[in-house]
Amino acid sequence: MQLDFNHQQSAHCENGAIVNLLNNKGFKITEPMAFGLGSGLFFVYLPFLKVNHAPAVSYRPLPGVIFNRMAKQLGIKVKRFKFSNPAKAQQKLDENLKNNIPTGLVVGVYHLNYFPDEYRFHFNAHNIVVFGKEENRYLISDPVLDYTVSLTKEELEKVRYAKGALAPKGHLYYPIAVPQNTDLTNAIKKAIKKTCNDMLAPVPIVGVKGMRMVAKAILKWHKKLGVAKANYNLVNLVRMQEEIGTGGGGFRFIYAAFLQEAGEYLNNAQLMQLSKEMALIGDKWRDFAVEASRVYKKRSNTENVYQVLSNRLMELADLEEAFFKKLKKAV
Amino acid sequence: MKKNEVPQDDSPLKKHKSNELVYAVDDDGKFVSVQSSGWEPKTIIQNQNLEVLNQRVQEALNDVTSGKISPIVYYMELNRMDWQTLAAYMEQWTFFVKRHAKPSVFNKLSTRKLQKYADIFGISIDELRNFKG
Repeated sequence: MQLDFNHQQSAHCENGAIVNLLNNKGFKITEPMAFGLGSGLFFVYLPFLKVNHAPAVSYRPLPGVIFNRMAKQLGIKVKRFKFSNPAKAQQKLDENLKNNIPTGLVVGVYHLNYFPDEYRFHFNAHNIVVFGKEENRYLISDPVLDYTVSLTKEELEKVRYAKGALAPKGHLYYPIAVPQNTDLTNAIKKAIKKTCNDMLAPVPIVGVKGMRMVAKAILKWHKKLGVAKANYNLVNLVRMQEEIGTGGGGFRFIYAAFLQEAGEYLNNAQLMQLSKEMALIGDKWRDFAVEASRVYKKRSNTENVYQVLSNRLMELADLEEAFFKKLKKAV
Repeated sequence: MKKNEVPQDDSPLKKHKSNELVYAVDDDGKFVSVQSSGWEPKTIIQNQNLEVLNQRVQEALNDVTSGKISPIVYYMELNRMDWQTLAAYMEQWTFFVKRHAKPSVFNKLSTRKLQKYADIFGISIDELRNFKG
């Protein structure tokens, strides 16, 4: 049994699942627009929380938040379920498939065997869509792949019941009602303001302030923790920035694409200009990643390298602070 | 990033006959999504990350062989878990799971508990009891 479902590859898993589910319901929206309306751009540094043995850094809000914000902005109604009993979770999924409802699932990445080893970590907030069942295999649309895959019942249960931080607990969701004609004007303006406020928030670990805190920490890591640990923390910082699903440069390019689309929609030349600026900032994030990767390639472990990286991050924070102040005034 | 600047380097994804989507501007300055087979700096970072994780596995292996810790630590590292994740899978407090790292405590674990560990790690109970590396 295969539902009528159009799989489209996307950069980010959460947006990709949303876009695919909504498109399927006849509500056309692009990935950058979904990302922008969900105020997906973010930065947070949680030095006290260790993920994979390194301090946690995230370039996005908590999983699920982007979709919820966007759904709220547009008046989309979404049904969500979690199950303490895996058998019930599967039963609900089967029921949905029978009723012709492609269903979004939140799953853990580690046991997804179709990913290369380099991507398999205990990250429990990946999004996939199930769109059919053939014999004993569920047909899966994983938004970051350009083809569809399939998983057995057992494999699917394993990823749906991955444990640890953000354990999905069989979380499934699907849109039940989409608006017919929506005017995006207000939604866009509100979402942009939200992103600006987040990035300029007067909280030391959030937004540009969080970036400055990381920039300072890079120097401290080297002195306090030694070269090996400092490098490892740096690896994780850059890995999060360029991880599959970010579209590169810590989501900056997706956001630039959103600003362009928003500029066209609102007929706002200033937004179009700012979109170009955001893309340049994205390029600078990529430069930062290149610089960081040199630490391992050349094995140059002088303090100087960390100083350079720290300075670059400071510069990025300054650029983004100026950028988001401008953006706030542009809408 | 321009469309023609989107990196098409060798990468773990490419080896997997896969790719990822990135956003770049085309000649008219319009953003489009482009498939990228990989980016060298990213691959370097990922390899570096795996290298560190492999070191951790190796260290754990040495410590198990020399009798300093129990095989649970080795399999935990092998499965890229930390104590919190393992404790979540065991449905126990981290404190108790950490104690099982002591060989003296580990040797007294019940078969049921060992079986639970073995299931989580996808191995047989024998591999835990008679650890060979």
